[in-house]
Amino acid sequence: MTAYAVEAHDLVKTYPKGVRALDGLSVAVAPGEVFGLLGPNGAGKTTTVKVLTTLARPDSGSAAVAGHDVRRHPDRVRRAIGVVAQRTTADPAATGRDNLILQGRLHGMGGTALRRRVSELLDRFDLTASAGRAVRTYSGGMQRRLDVALGLVHQPRVLFLDEPTTGLDPEARAAMWEEINRLADTGLTILLTTHYLEEADRLADRLAIVDKGRIVVSGTADELKGELHGDAVHIDLRTSPDDRADRLIRDAIGRVPGARDIRLEGRRLSARADDGPAVVPAALAALEQAGVPVTAVTVARPSLDDVYLRYAGRRFADADAGHGVDAGGSELVGASSDGGAR
Amino acid sequence: MTALLADTWWMTHRRLQAFIRQPAFLLITLVQPVIWLFLFGSLFRRVVELPGFGATSYLDYLVPGVVVMNAVSSNMWAGMGTMEEIERGTLNRFLTTPVRRGAIMNANVVEQAVSTTIQSVIIVLLGWWAGAHYPGGIGGVAVLLLASVLLGTIFGAFSNTVGMLVRQRESIIGINVFLLLPLTFLSTVFMAEDLMPGWIQGAASVNPVDWAVRVGRAALGDSPDWGVLASRGGWLLGLAVLTVLLSIRTFRTYQKSV
Repeated sequence: MTAYAVEAHDLVKTYPKGVRALDGLSVAVAPGEVFGLLGPNGAGKTTTVKVLTTLARPDSGSAAVAGHDVRRHPDRVRRAIGVVAQRTTADPAATGRDNLILQGRLHGMGGTALRRRVSELLDRFDLTASAGRAVRTYSGGMQRRLDVALGLVHQPRVLFLDEPTTGLDPEARAAMWEEINRLADTGLTILLTTHYLEEADRLADRLAIVDKGRIVVSGTADELKGELHGDAVHIDLRTSPDDRADRLIRDAIGRVPGARDIRLEGRRLSARADDGPAVVPAALAALEQAGVPVTAVTVARPSLDDVYLRYAGRRFADADAGHGVDAGGSELVGASSDGGAR
Repeated sequence: MTALLADTWWMTHRRLQAFIRQPAFLLITLVQPVIWLFLFGSLFRRVVELPGFGATSYLDYLVPGVVVMNAVSSNMWAGMGTMEEIERGTLNRFLTTPVRRGAIMNANVVEQAVSTTIQSVIIVLLGWWAGAHYPGGIGGVAVLLLASVLLGTIFGAFSNTVGMLVRQRESIIGINVFLLLPLTFLSTVFMAEDLMPGWIQGAASVNPVDWAVRVGRAALGDSPDWGVLASRGGWLLGLAVLTVLLSIRTFRTYQKSV
């Protein structure tokens, strides 16, 4: 049908109570690519994964995975994909090995081929020693590795990783990143969602920023950062300015040569400049003249956070903290919303 | 069709493995019926002397009652497991594989049938060991087992429906606590029909627990009452089909709500 491994056009999905989880989302992932969907909680990432993995039906729009239409041929899609949900989905009472064997059976595998594949995965994910133990005795990192192994049993063409490192400690996270990189080297197409900027930056060949159910921008991390032209200058003020001071500050900074894209949110004043360090003295002088006390100044190369701010119009951390609008679809694991899981 | 059978087998296999892994669980679930059997059996031993009771040994009378009561009380918790699998995401993981959707529901029914049969057999054997007589023989026992499986299916499917719909432990616990005793006592599980007040007789006539115990008793007696067997047996089967269809429908609704 197409040359893309994953292709979605104009997906719309509304949950009961009028929550519009997807609002015309389109995305295309090339074969062999690691594609990151980056966005705060509640942006629609998980709903996108649910639609692409045939769990949820979109209200409108179309999507194809591995060349098969998710609505018309869900079974063909299911055969081609591996899915790793946000939280562990293994049967805790069963052993790691039994979980893997069942997963293979459900994909129509059996006999020695399945046994060999399961042993291979247990080895590769360093689970052989605990393969005969009930999964409930596993550590968080071990369960996460088993989850990925479960998604790989039938050698899928496209792997979906929904927030693969949420809730992991730094060590387990680094190990998971390494594993994802290894998988990418095998030519597997990977679509991963994350709300960690660093994760998207490190793992994804290309990424898209999702906000309020649509893609606001996509490209490689460097492209996105490059479009911002220049450094970010952040100045922390001692107090939040009132309306009058707000105008005063904007005017003062507006007169500083080279400063543009001025934003003032609470106590944080941000501006952009081709040469960040050069504008700092003038900016500080202008603020002092206006009688606005300053507590800290930082100059930074553009980060994905800046990209997010630029395209979604708000700071990533603020958007993330203000989640909870995604009722009915915030987690791949259950149909009910469960905001307290993290 | 073969794919559905194979999937049903593997999904059932998974549940039976859990059953085999924890044999102690089977014993624990049997503690309650055993207590009923011997406690009520001793406490009410002499009620058979009441004129019009119509049985000579209370133990003989009680065994089918305890078998069906156990079928209700062990299957009415099925929804808890289903709910946990939804919450954990295990069900959604299965739904992203090519597994036949029917197999997931089939596995519930088959596993419940197997575990109910095992428990019922143990209760029948314990009763026999304690001195109960089963004039209906192996055939009669088989019919009692079938009735307990049908009753278990009804309550298992009902519980699964509630579990998928409300997704709250408290609701399932509340419904079960609310239902178990009235369903047991508004029936001929402990007391002969002729000795019950009229309104309880009326309630019993629409109570599936009563249908099942009547089928069991009719089959275990020396001359089976074919009328009771056919009517109550038929109703049980009909209600089992209905509740299973209802749970399948709820499962479809769940799939749409994901």
